[in-house]
Amino acid sequence: MKRDPLKPKGGFYYYMQSTSGIVGALLLIFMVIVSICAVFGWLPHDPLEQNVEFAMQGPSTTFWFGTDEFGRDIFSRSLDGMRRSLTVSVSAVSIAATIGVTLGILSGYLGRWFDQLVVRLSDVIFAFPAILLALAIVSTLGNSWYQTSLAIAVVYTPIFIRVARGPVLTVKEMDYVKVTRILGFSSLRILRKHILPNVTAPIVVQVALSLSWAILTESGLSFLGLGTQPPNASLGLMVSEAQSIAAFAWWALFFPSAFITIVVVGLNLVGDGLRDALDPARRSS
Amino acid sequence: MSFGERTSRILLSTPVLRIGSIFTTLFGISIFVFLVLRVIPGDSIVGAFGIETGVLTPEQIAQLKIYYGIDKSLPMQYLSWMQSFLTGNMGYSYSTGISIASLTAKALPVTIELALIGTILGVVMGIAVGTFSARKPGSIRDFAGQLFGLMALAVPGFVLSTTIVTIMANKFHYFPNGYEFVRLWEDPWMNLQQMMFPGLVLGIAVAAPVMRTTRSALLETVDKDFVRTAIGKGVSPRKVQTRHILRNSLIPIVTMTGIQFGYLLGGAVIVENIFSLPGMGRQVLYAITRREYATVQSSVMVFAILFIAINVITDLIYRKVDPRIKK
Repeated sequence: MKRDPLKPKGGFYYYMQSTSGIVGALLLIFMVIVSICAVFGWLPHDPLEQNVEFAMQGPSTTFWFGTDEFGRDIFSRSLDGMRRSLTVSVSAVSIAATIGVTLGILSGYLGRWFDQLVVRLSDVIFAFPAILLALAIVSTLGNSWYQTSLAIAVVYTPIFIRVARGPVLTVKEMDYVKVTRILGFSSLRILRKHILPNVTAPIVVQVALSLSWAILTESGLSFLGLGTQPPNASLGLMVSEAQSIAAFAWWALFFPSAFITIVVVGLNLVGDGLRDALDPARRSS
Repeated sequence: MSFGERTSRILLSTPVLRIGSIFTTLFGISIFVFLVLRVIPGDSIVGAFGIETGVLTPEQIAQLKIYYGIDKSLPMQYLSWMQSFLTGNMGYSYSTGISIASLTAKALPVTIELALIGTILGVVMGIAVGTFSARKPGSIRDFAGQLFGLMALAVPGFVLSTTIVTIMANKFHYFPNGYEFVRLWEDPWMNLQQMMFPGLVLGIAVAAPVMRTTRSALLETVDKDFVRTAIGKGVSPRKVQTRHILRNSLIPIVTMTGIQFGYLLGGAVIVENIFSLPGMGRQVLYAITRREYATVQSSVMVFAILFIAINVITDLIYRKVDPRIKK
């Protein structure tokens, strides 16, 4: 079937034009498949099962990524850890994006004291290094997975407020929006039909980037011992546990680190690809 | 101009507004820190007594609440914390009995030194790789530079630190951080050796975004008319590169560096713990694991003040870098 040359090309078409976008998407799809395997328990070994007989073995056909000091299979643990990291980060970013975008659009649209309040609040949260704030919140909330996501969500909400609020301030003053107001359309309709579509592009990009930061924050927390608790597997925790044995068992350090790096690289490339695809000014044609 | 108008003009002038907004932000931060860390009373007691809390009589708990200052209402607790924070001792660390102010006075210089070394290394690396990349966009050099940027962004600081520690200590038997920490003025050479690796780890984290910003800013400036004019009138390529292109690309680079400084402070929390540097990051983590909320609270507050100070300094640097920003 031939494509109608006059039909406007969709975002997907432009996304597929960028190499980094495709590479990023592939890396990400790989990691999602890996996590799904872990969700359904399709793992070669039990990630928690200790077997001292097989402790600290190098990568082999039985243990693809080798074993740690307790003889646990690092491959299964990495997959399970990836699942855990993604669960925490995806829920954290979902919360942050929902609350942040709502607050950002409302404060940009309503203005006045509400805008002042929201901007001040986000300034306050911005003044903390992400991991430090997450650390402080987790220390009072507790460190089960939803509490960790909540802590990370608080940290990344202001970014979404800022990203959503900016375009609203510009669009609000545009003639076509003013006209709809004069025509007597309800605020809800103006927000939904005219303002929201203008904010989606930067938000979608921000979601990809925030996910990558959230994964780094989550693994950082786990590394410091304030995220996922042993014996459960988490990529950050695995790196931390590998510290003492890395000199003799490089695989214990290498594979979980590689997993974190791959997923963060993937998300950043996807973010770049989305930015190019969704921004008409950047489209090369 | 009426009197009222004039007063409001002075009040709304940029420096006054900025100082005002800094103070409101600081006030907001202090309330936020207080609420986040103080909402659960009794935790200092649990932190100090662990499972033995269960056998304490109600009278003993009441006494302990008075001792820890958590018997009062929340606003009163806030005021007493602010009072101790502003007048000097910042409260006491319960496990050591030392005032938090004197702990902070020892820890803060370590973190600031580390952050400065990290920033300097990061900016130098970032600008170097960024320029290297931008010289020939789309080339293999550019690809290599961008790959460096991406990896620097994606490899977490704790992975890099752990790898460095493992390789240095085991393969080269060189690990200056294994010895007790020495301060810059006690033994500068040893101190710099101890700061080198953690500084490098933080520097690489800073270098990634600085590199990206440098690259895109340079590519944007290269196409400007004044650059073509400069080349046309025969200015040497080297001079065009530094005086015209780099100079005009500095604003976004300075902005990015300022933003990164905040992240760097966060990175310090992790790096200080791995390289056992007695800075603010270690102080916070130690206090968190001991549930010493007073210490956590005051230390987090110090971090936030540091961050705000960086923003103000970035603003001042702008004015130096770009004389066009006068107002």
